[in-house]
Amino acid sequence: MQVFFSIGVDALAYGMVLFIISIGLSVTMGLMRVVNLAHGAFAMIGGYIASYAARDLGLGYGFAIILAVIGTIVIAIPLERFLYRRIYGAPELTQVLMTIGITFCVIGLANYVFGPTLKTIPLPADLQGPVNLGFRTIAAHKLFAIACGVAVALGLWFLIERTSFGVKLRASVDNTAMAASLGVRTRIVYAASFALAVGLAAFGGVIGAELLPVEPYYALRYMVTFLVVVSVGGAGSIPGALIACLLLGAIDTTGRYLVPEYGEFFFYLAVIAIVWVFPRGLLGRAK
Amino acid sequence: MKKLILAAAAAVLLGGVAYADVIKIGVVGPFSGPFAIQGKNFKAGIDAYIATHGNKIGNDTIEVLYRDVPQADPAQSKALAQELVVKEGVQYLAGFYFTPDAMAVTPLLQQANVPLVVMNAATSAIVTKSPYVVRTSFTTWQTSAPMAKIARERGIEKAITVVSDYGPGVDAENAFKTTFEKEGGKVVESIRMPLSTNDFSPVMQRVRNSGAQAVFAFLPSGPTTLGFVKAYNENGLKEAGVQFLAPGDLTQESDLPALGDAALGILTTFHYAIAHDSPENRAFVEAARKAIGNPAELSFPSVGAYDGMHVIYKMIEATGGKQDAKKAVDAVKGLAWESPRGPVSIDPETRHITQNIYLREVAKGSDGAYYNKEIKTFEKQPDPGLAAAK
Repeated sequence: MQVFFSIGVDALAYGMVLFIISIGLSVTMGLMRVVNLAHGAFAMIGGYIASYAARDLGLGYGFAIILAVIGTIVIAIPLERFLYRRIYGAPELTQVLMTIGITFCVIGLANYVFGPTLKTIPLPADLQGPVNLGFRTIAAHKLFAIACGVAVALGLWFLIERTSFGVKLRASVDNTAMAASLGVRTRIVYAASFALAVGLAAFGGVIGAELLPVEPYYALRYMVTFLVVVSVGGAGSIPGALIACLLLGAIDTTGRYLVPEYGEFFFYLAVIAIVWVFPRGLLGRAK
Repeated sequence: MKKLILAAAAAVLLGGVAYADVIKIGVVGPFSGPFAIQGKNFKAGIDAYIATHGNKIGNDTIEVLYRDVPQADPAQSKALAQELVVKEGVQYLAGFYFTPDAMAVTPLLQQANVPLVVMNAATSAIVTKSPYVVRTSFTTWQTSAPMAKIARERGIEKAITVVSDYGPGVDAENAFKTTFEKEGGKVVESIRMPLSTNDFSPVMQRVRNSGAQAVFAFLPSGPTTLGFVKAYNENGLKEAGVQFLAPGDLTQESDLPALGDAALGILTTFHYAIAHDSPENRAFVEAARKAIGNPAELSFPSVGAYDGMHVIYKMIEATGGKQDAKKAVDAVKGLAWESPRGPVSIDPETRHITQNIYLREVAKGSDGAYYNKEIKTFEKQPDPGLAAAK
């Protein structure tokens, strides 16, 4: 029983970290229909800004997070205006080539500016160290990550399903020309959702930095995992991404706990099985 | 008349070449990509050696050519080595961060008449693949086996090993297990983790449940190390008194600022610490820091490269600049010198470096910087890995 709870807590924490980082990608891929392979690069930029703010400028953790999100969006705005706007609705291959190119540029720049060493984001005292749950101890920042994941999931669901912005976004995506003729300023809607996705990436990069440390190759190293989450959950679906993260987190953690010698066998077995049964992902929308 | 002048000019030119040759050394390593910092350390060690010893031996000028293999890629490594030998005419090959890269080049050496000086790749068997291989770094067996003796000395009966599931990880596991059990201890469990593992919390729970008094770990230096050490602290293993043991790859100096307080008290065994206290090392560190630019990036591959250059310089002296791989290698068999890491020698049998292995503890200096503090020395350690493979 104790083992069961122990695995459960670890799985929840890992799943939530995955969720926070991947959900932005789900928004760009599912709602904006852009295969954004530079998503990891934006998460990494967020991590670098937070690390710089907290370590070199001595700002608090909260300020570092806000600065990371805003800073990454500011960097992303010209990219959206001059690069991404050209590839909305373009064939997937064009999108893949351009965004992977951006990723390589960001890796090179990060290597040049910050150097190849690991960068950490110092946590405030409250989030450091272990918390005793009775049956075991868990890192305080993992509990914080779980809370952030829940908040992000609820907030996004509300924004997309319950606000007028969400309605306009879904309308613009489903039929840009029709939405525009009804008076929706689709360019602004696209720019705003791109900023939202990038901001979520940066937020995830900072919150997840304890598990996925920030270094120049972050941008590519974890991209496969993010893409797997989106394809299993169904691009564009927030509940789908949440279920996918919790499911994959649970499978990965259980496998690692009970039979580590099998490596990631169970993780990818589950991915194959799910995608086989649900080709659009668990809750993917039909085109 | 015209012909005569030409002939005279040609004779002068050729004569000039005969008196002052350019001797080329080809260095293959990761100079870009995720392991670029290790390649930078090769270059820093080589530059430091040239800066302190000059780039001339007799009348011959030394020229170093670099070739980049960003990740372990045996085919690419072999192709670049061939290009260096055939097109550039290098007399010596050196560098090699990854074992498979070095292994791929060994079949070329005999025919090319070129010695290979391995500056990092740490699998024992490389030296057996060709009689022209000399290694100036270390092997995972060499640095891991003393750790098992330390564990026994400190009264640890039961230990668990946790390694990344790839060549060097398995090497480290075998080295620790063999030595630990020979000394009368018991390894209760051996966990091998996939290289791509990010969340180490489940592993730490298993370590805890195993009831071991110490965990011996090996992961490739870099991002995973950070997550692993943090998970060790956060899952309460440090408080529970489970001792963390590892070879020094885990606490390489360039990772220490990121590891921070989490790494304090970790025991490692390794052949070199930048904090090593000797006049040779102080001079080396000063020159190498200047060469690498950012002092925080200096790490252990630099000393393998520095000593590799020393061996190559001795080879060039012995052969008088003529290309003769056999004579060059024979000349350095048994060669002993004072390296920045301490007294070292090239074992005449294995052509691997015999050196001191130090027990170190991660400590915080008075200036707030973290360093590997040497607390015990195992003198003149050969490579136990070759004997174990037989």
